[in-house]
Amino acid sequence: MKIIIVGCGKIGLTILESLVAEGHDVVAIDIDEAVVNSIDDRHDAMAIRGSGADCDALREAGVNEAELFIATSSSDELNMLSCFIAKRMGVKHTIARIRNREYNLNRLSFLKQQLDLSLAVNPEMLAAKEMFNILKVPSAVKVETFSHRGLEIIELVVKEDSPLNGSKLMNLRSKFKFKFLICVVQRGKEVYIPDGNFILEEGDKIGLNIAESDIPKLMKSLGAEKKQARNIMLLGGGRVAYYLTKMLTEIGANVKIIERDYDKCQELSDLLSKASVLQGDGAQLDTLVEEGLDSVDAFVALTGMDEENILISIFAASHNVPKVITKINRNELAEMGSRLGLDTIISPKRSVADLLVQYARALENSRGSNVETLYNIMDGNAEVLEFNVKSDFAGLKIPLSQLRLKPNILIVGIIRDRKPIIPAGADVIMPLDRVIVIAANQRLNDLSDILK
Amino acid sequence: MNRRMIVNMIGRIVMLEGILLLLPTLVALCYGERANILCFAVTVVVAMVVGILMQLIFKPKTKVIYAREGFIIVAFAWIILSVIGAVPFVLSGEIPNIFDALFETVSGFTTTGATILTDVESMSKSILFWRSFTHWLGGMGVLVLIMAIMPSDSGRAIHILRAEMAGPVVGKLTPKIKDTAKILYTIYLVITFTEFVLLWIGGMDMFESAVHALGTAGTGGFGVKADSLASYNPFVQWVITAFMLIFGINFNLFFFMIHRKFKPVFTNRELWFYGALVLTAGGILTFSIYPVYNNFSDSIRHAMFQTASIMSTTGYATADFNTWPSMARCIIFVLLFVGGCAGSTAGGLKLSRVMILFKTITRDIKKMLHPRTVSNVKMEGKPLDNEITSSVTTYFALYMGLITITFLVISFEPFSLETNLTAAISCVNNVGPGLDMVGPMGGYANYSSFSKFILTVAMLFGRLEIYPLLLAFYPRTWMKK
Repeated sequence: MKIIIVGCGKIGLTILESLVAEGHDVVAIDIDEAVVNSIDDRHDAMAIRGSGADCDALREAGVNEAELFIATSSSDELNMLSCFIAKRMGVKHTIARIRNREYNLNRLSFLKQQLDLSLAVNPEMLAAKEMFNILKVPSAVKVETFSHRGLEIIELVVKEDSPLNGSKLMNLRSKFKFKFLICVVQRGKEVYIPDGNFILEEGDKIGLNIAESDIPKLMKSLGAEKKQARNIMLLGGGRVAYYLTKMLTEIGANVKIIERDYDKCQELSDLLSKASVLQGDGAQLDTLVEEGLDSVDAFVALTGMDEENILISIFAASHNVPKVITKINRNELAEMGSRLGLDTIISPKRSVADLLVQYARALENSRGSNVETLYNIMDGNAEVLEFNVKSDFAGLKIPLSQLRLKPNILIVGIIRDRKPIIPAGADVIMPLDRVIVIAANQRLNDLSDILK
Repeated sequence: MNRRMIVNMIGRIVMLEGILLLLPTLVALCYGERANILCFAVTVVVAMVVGILMQLIFKPKTKVIYAREGFIIVAFAWIILSVIGAVPFVLSGEIPNIFDALFETVSGFTTTGATILTDVESMSKSILFWRSFTHWLGGMGVLVLIMAIMPSDSGRAIHILRAEMAGPVVGKLTPKIKDTAKILYTIYLVITFTEFVLLWIGGMDMFESAVHALGTAGTGGFGVKADSLASYNPFVQWVITAFMLIFGINFNLFFFMIHRKFKPVFTNRELWFYGALVLTAGGILTFSIYPVYNNFSDSIRHAMFQTASIMSTTGYATADFNTWPSMARCIIFVLLFVGGCAGSTAGGLKLSRVMILFKTITRDIKKMLHPRTVSNVKMEGKPLDNEITSSVTTYFALYMGLITITFLVISFEPFSLETNLTAAISCVNNVGPGLDMVGPMGGYANYSSFSKFILTVAMLFGRLEIYPLLLAFYPRTWMKK
């Protein structure tokens, strides 16, 4: 599929990398010569120098044959304008990054309609939503819901005192009364799809498949006393903080925002009447402790500096804050952060890239590929895919235990008549089912790819 | 330095050469040249085994390569390619001397077309075919072929493409490099085949048409007769003139034409310059040789053929221009340097470089007159980075240095200054014939093995545009910090 990306800053480049890895024909347009050269050198994509609103540059990029047009330059207005022009020039779908608050409240749907946008993405909003989901289930490091059908994959880290620590997967089902499936384990840099003999260790990051209604039970039996976080401290008052606070205060949580800049504090306190906004320097650790770091349920580091976020998060964790979330933008630093013991790291650009890869896959579905939806988990090392079962699938009506699957693939869920089933060895795949599959270190395009 | 990836890539190339050598084997089979079947078959087996072993033993841990690795892969690939390519010549006994065989192979792959053979007509068909087939492969590039047909998952393969394709700037035609390489080779194949058919219709037999089509496509110049193309009919000569000019054009323009984008083709400055130069040189040549032929149609045919042949760095000839008046020989001497358009299969300095050089000179003169002037060198309507203009001037200095050194070293030979100088220029620019003894009806056979080796190296340097080989033999490249 041909895709054009306008503006290759941090976010644009992450999107470009993900889409190239998916095998799409990507053309990048950027105004900066250095960026263009580096894309030409390092990625299997074409790069053109120019502005996204320049018809000549768009024509050179082949806009009339492109399927998808993504505008992610730093200016909302330029993104909207270039999407509008591209659409007029014949591109099928347009996606604009629109992140200013003024455009994002109630006016967004109006703008989307008027500009004929297929999708408007707001990285900060996405990141805030992701953080919000986690704060609802604080022991998880990431939560994904599948097609709103009540089946979720939760990522969590096995702690020293957890009942999971040291236990064999085979024995887990009998230990707990409800159904769940540990479908993927990340140990160090390696990602495994575990079998029954796998023994969990402290520090493993696991992906766990469970019906939504059973989550509270699971958390309880894991000894995770954590309920929804009620008292939350945010450091940094940027866009993410704004969206996150808005969501949190709506469900009645107490939010404290600490921001260095006085004018920003003023603005935030005008906009967010339910939260308390404090002016102070978060890097002065005293300030944090003074404002009650020891008594909060969760701490979120959201400043503009990755390094500051990492260091302050480590400090917060050392003060036994039950849940620490760190915003990190640069990939290398995210890796370093997790090596330093930070388990919940969220990057706005990663969230956007995941969403757009999903979108591109969905577009391809309509053209014959069978992947219904796709999620990246375990920092992109494993994929969760949802397939529609066709009547010509070779593995129909065979018990799962007898299906010969490729290594590192697991069927983690079957949705039949809108009800989720967490499968055991005796379950079978029927026509018209939807099947959820986890694949580590490989890419699938069709359900039959899972068979040997 | 990603050594495993370098060796692995070279292994792929050796294997591919093994596969490609099946083609001359087939020719040997068709013409019943029993002895040669064995020679080619042995080379095929050895190349395949070595290539596959290299790939199996050196599995890259990471596929990330940088510009440095790209240059080194290309440099070594070409050296090894030439060595293996020379094996059939030696084994068959038709070119027994190793240096001669190497000279002939490198002359083939670099699309020079300079020969050490004294009696081409006595050679067997399969050997002649292989000689011309190396032109075809070397013209577009063997690594480009690898990229077009073998799976590659590295986004950085552009470095290899850049190192092998000639010209100051190499861009992508499509987002994926593999597709770009495929398109280039498809265009190449189609034009070559068209020429083959036209030559066949024009009265050549099938074998000769194939050899000349391959030789023209790579802008090489190996033929099957001692007098090159002089004994063929005017139609054939005009067809070859036309195709030599076509293969001297930037292949990107053909791509635009396929996609019905004619504007970038018509506004391409380099193409206009190319056309203007061909017409001017051809015109002057026509008038200066008119007294020799006393006939306008012969004069213009010979003039245009020779202009096209030298401009596109092919090196075929329809007349011995050694006997032409000195103005005509002077024009040919100057044309030896220029070469075709960037992104074509032609060698030489490349027109776009010549244009950038002239524009840089005008800008610098303007700057001396008005020191505060702000102005960029523009090419095809777009301003060029200072980095590119300065790299072009550096390249020009290196290129002149290469010619000078080659000329000095081979001047130990007791031949005329004209012979040695044009031999050096002709080899560096991958043209083939020069003047005097190395003229179109002469050859390089009288040079000593040492000089032949020097000229062989000069041809490789010229084809790869100096940098890859320079880097590969620069000690710092290999030093660990």
